[in-house]
Amino acid sequence: MESEDAMTADAEPRTRHGGDLVKRHSIVTRLWHWINVLAVVIMLMSGLMIFNAHPRLYWGEFGANPDRAWLEIAETNGVAFPSWATIPSTYSLADARLWHLAFAWVLALGLLFYLIWGLVRGHIIRDLHIRANEWKPSHIWHDIKEHAALRFPTGVAALSYNVLQKLAYCGVLFVLLPLIILTGLTMSPNLNAGLSALLDLFGGRQSARSLHFIAAFGLVGFFLVHIAMVILAGPINEMRSMITGWYRLPKEKGDAA
Amino acid sequence: MNGAITRRRLLGAGALGAGSLILSGCDKLNSSPGFRSLLQGAEGLHMRSQRLITGDALAREYSEAEMSPVFRTNGSTSVKDPGYQRHAATGFAGWALVVDGLVKQPLALPLSTLQAMKQRTQITRHDCVEGWSAIGKWQGPQLSAILAMAGLLPTARYAVLHCADVLSGAPFYESIDLIDAFHPQTILAWRMNDRMLPIAHGAPLRLRVERQLGYKQAKYIMRVELRSTLAGLYGGKGGRWEDSLGYPWYAGI
Repeated sequence: MESEDAMTADAEPRTRHGGDLVKRHSIVTRLWHWINVLAVVIMLMSGLMIFNAHPRLYWGEFGANPDRAWLEIAETNGVAFPSWATIPSTYSLADARLWHLAFAWVLALGLLFYLIWGLVRGHIIRDLHIRANEWKPSHIWHDIKEHAALRFPTGVAALSYNVLQKLAYCGVLFVLLPLIILTGLTMSPNLNAGLSALLDLFGGRQSARSLHFIAAFGLVGFFLVHIAMVILAGPINEMRSMITGWYRLPKEKGDAA
Repeated sequence: MNGAITRRRLLGAGALGAGSLILSGCDKLNSSPGFRSLLQGAEGLHMRSQRLITGDALAREYSEAEMSPVFRTNGSTSVKDPGYQRHAATGFAGWALVVDGLVKQPLALPLSTLQAMKQRTQITRHDCVEGWSAIGKWQGPQLSAILAMAGLLPTARYAVLHCADVLSGAPFYESIDLIDAFHPQTILAWRMNDRMLPIAHGAPLRLRVERQLGYKQAKYIMRVELRSTLAGLYGGKGGRWEDSLGYPWYAGI
């Protein structure tokens, strides 16, 4: 059987310590992670081009130029987001939609498959489930202080996610990605007829569009913190664990460097 | 310490390099016909999945209180054609909508006939492909009633709306299939927000096909042609925006 993420890696936990190479991420997690990276980057960059077609956001059902926008991004050289941030790099709403709506299937079906797999195979319950004691403010505060001081777990402890990691990953898996997919569907006039409950859930089509944009920048925020943490925690080791699955446990304190 | 900085610099340079590679790579892919047709494959998936989920369901209809205070215009807002302008000057009194193609009985329906037919009034949301939405009130006969008067031949598959305006040098047209043509909310509107449809919004007739995006809501409709295929008509993609800019023919999202 394929070895699973973090907690159930092949060797007995007691026999492993800092410096050991252990199996960390399952093939399913690794595949989904990289497919999702590709999908999210393409969705973001083509999405910014789509936004350039009408760089104003509204709350409610309707919203157009004569109406009050809660956010308007000023255009520089005729566009709100510059060419280095968009797909394609020169203005084309039609082409951006072509990319965006095709990769939307990759994003949505990938997430659906990964969530079902994670539930069935226990990855979510085992590794991402936030236990009662982890919800305590004192525990969370302790973790924040450890992060701020750049003190990361070592040895076997590095194999389990801390509460801030769990909050970040759960926030992406269960909040930001579902929100961005559902608000995307709520911008479809056809699905507004078929799934009209979504219109009510998000408070109208223009509200859904605004939430879609906010969720996208939530993902950008996650991405920046995530990359920063990978770099701080040891980019080679972290990248290897997400590519090959193998992770070297950080040495315990006091071990010879 | 030195090693860490070098590594960081290396990563930074790598990220920049990867970024520009992604960008130029995406632009190359964007102009590759093979890759484009792969992406376009998703369009059929959109239509089939959306129709499976939505079936015959109606688009949401709103109350008068929920209407946009100002309904902005878009696309063509006037028509240069002298014939059109003569009709506009007389309030389209001598004008008639032509219904022809794969029909048993070609028709020429004066505006007064269209106004005397059973009317449908609906307050619906208009969603532009650019992202904005406006809610307005539309009134007119159902397209299904007009098609029933003409009687379709068994080979008819599409209703093509031929329009009076010219956009970037080519006549405007749009098309829908019979699923949308016979949907109860698909009307040819001659009235908007309790007034005669203004020229800027498509007088004398504008299509309302409420479960698709704004560019399908053809203005200045002169003729409805029933066809078995969209091939051979202008660019062959079933609409002016589809031919010139590459927007998808099915605009459900």
